[in-house]
Amino acid sequence: MELAKETVLEMQHIMKIYSNGVVANKDVSLELKKGEIHALLGENGAGKSTLMKVLFGIEPPDQGKIILNGSETAIRSPQDAISKGIGMVHQHFMLLPSLTVAENIILGVEPRKKKFFIDMKQAVKAASEIAEKYNFDIDVTAKVEEIPVGIKQKVEILKALYRGADILILDEPTAVLTPQETEELFVQLEKLRDDGRTVIFISHKLDEIKRICDRATIMRSGKSMGTYNVDEISTNDMSKLMVGREVVLEFDKEPAKPREVLLEVRNLSAYNTQGVQKVNGLSFEVRGGEILGIAGVEGNGQSELIDAITGLSRKYTGEILLKGEDIRKESIKGIREKKLAHIPEDRMASGCASHLNIQENLFSNQYTDDAYSGKLLLRTKTIQKRSDELIKEYLVKCKSQKQEVGMLSGGNIQKVIVAREFSTGPDVIIANQPTRGIDVGATEFIRRKLLEFRDAGCAVILVSADLNEIFSLSDRLAVMYKGNFSGVFTDVAHVTEEELGQYMLGIKNDHRKAGAAK
Amino acid sequence: MKSSVKRFEIVRMFFAIVIALLVSFGIIFLVSDQPLTAIYTLITGPFKSKRNFANVIEAMIPLMFTGTGVCIMFSANQINLAGEGAFHLGGLVAAVVALKFGLPAGVSPVVAILLSGLAGAVFTAIPAILKIKTNSSVLVSSLMLNYIALWFAMFILMHYICDPSIGSASYVIPEESTLPTLVERTRIHPGLFIALAAALLGSVFLYKTKTGYELRLTGQNERFARYSGINIVKVICVSQLLGGFIAGIGGGVELLSPIYTRFSWTSLLGYGWDAIIICTLAKNNPLYTPLAALFLAYLRTGASIMARYTDVTLEIVQITQGIIILLVVAEQFLSGYKHKMIAKEAMESLKEKGV
Repeated sequence: MELAKETVLEMQHIMKIYSNGVVANKDVSLELKKGEIHALLGENGAGKSTLMKVLFGIEPPDQGKIILNGSETAIRSPQDAISKGIGMVHQHFMLLPSLTVAENIILGVEPRKKKFFIDMKQAVKAASEIAEKYNFDIDVTAKVEEIPVGIKQKVEILKALYRGADILILDEPTAVLTPQETEELFVQLEKLRDDGRTVIFISHKLDEIKRICDRATIMRSGKSMGTYNVDEISTNDMSKLMVGREVVLEFDKEPAKPREVLLEVRNLSAYNTQGVQKVNGLSFEVRGGEILGIAGVEGNGQSELIDAITGLSRKYTGEILLKGEDIRKESIKGIREKKLAHIPEDRMASGCASHLNIQENLFSNQYTDDAYSGKLLLRTKTIQKRSDELIKEYLVKCKSQKQEVGMLSGGNIQKVIVAREFSTGPDVIIANQPTRGIDVGATEFIRRKLLEFRDAGCAVILVSADLNEIFSLSDRLAVMYKGNFSGVFTDVAHVTEEELGQYMLGIKNDHRKAGAAK
Repeated sequence: MKSSVKRFEIVRMFFAIVIALLVSFGIIFLVSDQPLTAIYTLITGPFKSKRNFANVIEAMIPLMFTGTGVCIMFSANQINLAGEGAFHLGGLVAAVVALKFGLPAGVSPVVAILLSGLAGAVFTAIPAILKIKTNSSVLVSSLMLNYIALWFAMFILMHYICDPSIGSASYVIPEESTLPTLVERTRIHPGLFIALAAALLGSVFLYKTKTGYELRLTGQNERFARYSGINIVKVICVSQLLGGFIAGIGGGVELLSPIYTRFSWTSLLGYGWDAIIICTLAKNNPLYTPLAALFLAYLRTGASIMARYTDVTLEIVQITQGIIILLVVAEQFLSGYKHKMIAKEAMESLKEKGV
C-alpha cells in the first residue's frame, strides 16, 4: 500500500436527527481514499446505516458537510449520488425478481433504439460486458427470482458499477451469505480495489474486516471513534472501541436440564401465502428448560414454520402439539392462552402499533385477563401501575408510559415487545430474530432474559441469523435448509462456523442421507 | 417529546384554520363589492341575536352524531362512508315509525330513534361484511350504497308515507312522536343532550373499554392486532355496527326535531360527508366532536347570515372547509418546522447530558 493515496471523499462532523427525535449521528467524520476498502465498523444501532443514507442522499444531514473530490457538495437524492459516482448495495436487495439480471442492471439507464424502445440486445451485451470485466460469473439472461442470494448480491454490485460508481457502499453484505459465498465476494472486492475504486464495507464482524479491509473507521453510539489502519490495530482493540467495554460473548450458563416435551412438531409441511411449499415433512420436539436454536439462510422455511406454530397461518399439514394438544383448531388467542409467547421477526410490522403509547402496546396479549379488565371496562389504574413496573423491570428508556412506541429506539421498542410477551409467564417462547438491529445493551439484556426463562423451565425456540447468538444461547442447534433440518447438533460447543455454513448451504445434509437410508 | 408533538398538532391545526380563513377572505375580497361587511357579518353574525346563536346549536346536533359515528368507524381504520346513508335511513325509519306505528307519546320517539339507530347499524355493516366476505373496498362499496339508501328512502316516501297534497313529502309527523323545543323561540331540542352523551360514551368506549382497545389496536396495525390474538372480523363488524347505529340515531333525532315537520329528504343531506371533517378535526376522538361541530356550525351559520345580507354566497364556506381538511391531513404540512423543533429538543437534551 502506498502512503499518499489521494482523498476522494470527506464527511465532516455529520449530525443526523430523525423526525422521531432519535439522534442517529451525533458527530461523525469519515475520510475515504482512492483504491481502498474502508470498513465502517460498529454495533447495530451505532449509526452506520444512517451515515451511509446521508452519503447516498436518502437522508439530509442536520449539520456537517460533505467534500467530494476537494469541493464541498450537497447530495440531495440517490439519483444525485449516483450521478456523482456513489453507488450503494442495500442490505435488503432492491431487485425486481420477475425481470432478468440484465434488465435489472440497466433499469433506469436503458440503452434505447429509436428513442422509445429498449434495445434489449445492447442491454444484454452491456450487462455481460461489465460482468466479464470484473470477472463476475453470472448468466445475465437468468431471472432474478431464480438465482441464489449470493448471485443477487453480485447483480446489485454490477448495477452500481454499470451506473459508474467510483465509491461503492456495501451495507452488511455478508449478513445473508454463507461463509463460502463470503469468500467469493471478498475476491471480487479486492479486484475492485485494484481497479482504483473505493469500497465502503459496513460490518460488525471483526474477522471479516481484518481479512479484507485496508482502513477502518469505528463508530459507537452515533460518533466516530477514529480511523485506523487495519493491520496496525488488534481485533481486541477494535472491539473495545466499538463496544466501549470487553465484549461478553459467552454467557456463563448452567447446562440445560431438559424436562417434559412442551412442543412437538410431527411431519409438518407448511405453505406460504402463494401456496408454495416451504416446510417439508419436518418433525422435532422441544422440551421445557432447553433452547433449540434454528440457524439457516433466510427463506428456507423458518417463517412458515413459526407462522404455523403460533397460529398465524393454518396452511399446513401434519401435527403441532402444544403441551400434548393439537393446535390446528385453536385461534391465535387460544394458542396464546396455552402460555405461548412470540417475539415476531419484524417488530414494526407485527410486533407493535407504533402510533400507540407504550402502555397500550404492553397489554395487547393480556388485556382480557381479569387483573386488567372487568366485564366491560379496562382497569386503567392497575394497567398503569403494571406498565411502570414492566418499564422498570425491562429497562425501557422512555419519558413516560404515555410516550408513543414509534418514538423509541429500536432496542427499546424490542424491550417493550419482550416485556409484553414475557410478562404473561410463558411456558413456550418462540423468539424470531429477537435482537436483530438493536444495540448491545438491549441485545445482552434480551439474551439473558431468554436464558432466565429457560432456567425456569421454559421451552425456547430461537430463530436467528446471528450465528453468535445461536452459538452462545442454544442447547441444541438445528440448521434449516429447504424446509427441513439439514443438521441437528446436541454438542453446540464443538460445531464450527465452517461446518454450519456447509449445512446452511446444503452441501452437507443429514436429513437427506437419513431419508435415503429409509 | 410527547408534549412537543402534541403542541405541534395544536399549532398545525391552528395554522390550517387560519390559512383556510385567510384564503376565503381573499376570495371574498376578489368577488365582493362589500368585502369588509361580508367578513364582519360572517364572523359576528352568529352572535347578533338569540335566534342566530340557536341556529349554531341546532346545526351542531346532527354533526355531533355523524361525527361520533364516523370517529368510531375510522378508528378501526375502515374508511366507511355509509354514515351518510345511515343518517338518511335513520330519518326515514323514524318517520315511518311515527306515522305508521301509532305509539303513545313518550314511547313513540324512543322506539323511533332506537329503530333508526338499528337501521343505520345494519346499513353500515353491509360494506364491512362485503369486505370480510369478498375483500371489496369499503370505501367504494359504502360510497355507492349511499345512493341505494337515498333511492330506497325515496321509494318508501313516494309509495307509503307520501302526502298527496304536497307531492314530495310525507304526512306531518304526529305530535306524539316529535321532540319538544327546549328554549322558547328557538328550535333547540333534547337531541343536543343525546348527541353530547353519544360523544362522551363514544370516547369512553374507544379509550376505556376492552372492545374499544381492540378496535384501536386493529385500526393502528391490523397485523399486530391479529398477532396479539384479537379477532379482527369481530372488531370490524362491531365498529361498523356501532358507528352506523350512532349515525342512524342522528338521522332519527333530526327528523323528529322541531326543525322538520315532515320527512322530505329527497336528496342526501351531507351530514355523513361533514362527519369526515368533524372526525379529522377531532383527531378520531369522539370527545372532541362537540368542539369540532361547534366550529363548523358556527362557520356555516355565519356564512348563511352573510349570504342573506351581502353579495357573497354560501359556498365560500365549502372552500374554507376543503382547505382546512387538506392542510390537516397533509402529513408534510409544516413537517420542516416539526423536524426543526424535534432536532432542537434532541440537541438540547444532548447538551444536558454533557455529551
